[in-house]
Amino acid sequence: MSEIPGDLKFLKSHEWARVEDDGLVRVGISDHAQGQLGDLVYVELPEIGAAVKAGTGTAVVESVKAASDIYSPVSGEIVEVNELLNDKPETINEDAFGDGWIFLVRPSDRAELDELLDANDYQELIENEDH
Amino acid sequence: MTEKTVLNATHRALGARMVDFGGWDMPINYGSQIEEHHAVRRDAGMFDVSHMTVVDLHGARTREFLRRLLANNIDKLKVHGKALYSCMLNERGGVIDDLIVYYLGEEFFRLVVNAATRAKDLAWIERQAQAFDVQVKERPDFAMIAVQGPQARAKVLGLLHDVDRPRIEKLGKFVAAAAQGPHGMPLFVARTGYTGEDGFEIMLPAEHAVALWEALLAAGVKPAGLGARDTLRLEAGMNLYGQDMDEDVSPWEANLGWTVSLDEGRDFIGRAVLEQQKAAGVARVMIGVVLDEKGVLRHGQKVLTANGDGEILSGSFAPTLDKAIAFARVPAGDTGALRVDIRGREVAVRQVKYPFVRDGKPCDGI
Repeated sequence: MSEIPGDLKFLKSHEWARVEDDGLVRVGISDHAQGQLGDLVYVELPEIGAAVKAGTGTAVVESVKAASDIYSPVSGEIVEVNELLNDKPETINEDAFGDGWIFLVRPSDRAELDELLDANDYQELIENEDH
Repeated sequence: MTEKTVLNATHRALGARMVDFGGWDMPINYGSQIEEHHAVRRDAGMFDVSHMTVVDLHGARTREFLRRLLANNIDKLKVHGKALYSCMLNERGGVIDDLIVYYLGEEFFRLVVNAATRAKDLAWIERQAQAFDVQVKERPDFAMIAVQGPQARAKVLGLLHDVDRPRIEKLGKFVAAAAQGPHGMPLFVARTGYTGEDGFEIMLPAEHAVALWEALLAAGVKPAGLGARDTLRLEAGMNLYGQDMDEDVSPWEANLGWTVSLDEGRDFIGRAVLEQQKAAGVARVMIGVVLDEKGVLRHGQKVLTANGDGEILSGSFAPTLDKAIAFARVPAGDTGALRVDIRGREVAVRQVKYPFVRDGKPCDGI
């Protein structure tokens, strides 16, 4: 299990959010989540420009085993998606917290970020899940 | 209450991700399901299948009993060690389970049935066996390891006692024989499998399973989980009980007609219904489909046809093909172009003849 970067915030459903220097929010799934899902074979990315609402399905990742909805941690507008995942969905397995990011949101309500778990809380959540 | 095979600690030590499978705590993968799949297609992999149920049948009238119990004809088994794949049907012609039966003596046959159906299978077999005075004996004392892949036989043969090796090397497909493994451990070696590759399924006393597993590991056989086993068998065109057929599906509707033997005068359970269905024609058939665009076919998705709706049975991403494949049950007759509803999106799929993969290579037209 790779170290959880301290600058990330999390949903209980295992999505991470990173606030970039320009204020945009980058979203992916945790290393723990990719491990649970197994080898990813397909990612359904959102449309650029689409409006998203916090806590609702925004993308879908499919592993050999199952399809899973990916919720956006914040509301706003999709400004970029990780096109690399179209050809190499396994990037999420290899680097969930880095090159395996999924989409970038321009947040409409930054207060929503305060609702998310910090890295320590998330670590505790997955430790409890494993028992 | 979860059951564990004797290899449970071994799987955990290898870093396996464990899941509940029909009440058993089993490895789904040891890291990457796709790499394990490729290892079996290209070299050799091994699966712990000790959760499967082994049932020995003894008695003077065992063959007569199996003529009644099984839809395939037990009289095809004439040589010691020979195996037969068959359905066990209910009176309605529905499939209670699919199984392999081995001929070990005129008064001794061995069944291997599914883990998830263990209790109902045993109850059914015991009930039917009473009239034939056949003794039904479960063998929980056995572990089972499937070693599969183009190099699987060679790697197993290297572990056998010298005196057994030439005989096991010559073992024909779907035949089993006894042999001695490492340190003289007694093995029941069957040239069978559930991956579409050559290989062996080895039954042995549970107390020797860890030693055999370690010896296979040292010989370069890669541990593979039930995840890879599922994609391998689907590519190979093999049915999974519970997903592709059940008690409300007849062999005709599950592409298992080849396992039904309507030989003259044999009154097996379910025969009357099967004959009626055959004469009248069945309303549903099972087909193979391929998704050429991105996405994954999954069990339970709706299939739209010109003749009405069908459903995806076993469906998955196929690692050898790098796209999704599935079995589907659709209305009989001309179904026209097929589409599948994937989360509200209708995508076109292509009907194909399967198996999808044979001898490690995609089949023509896939």
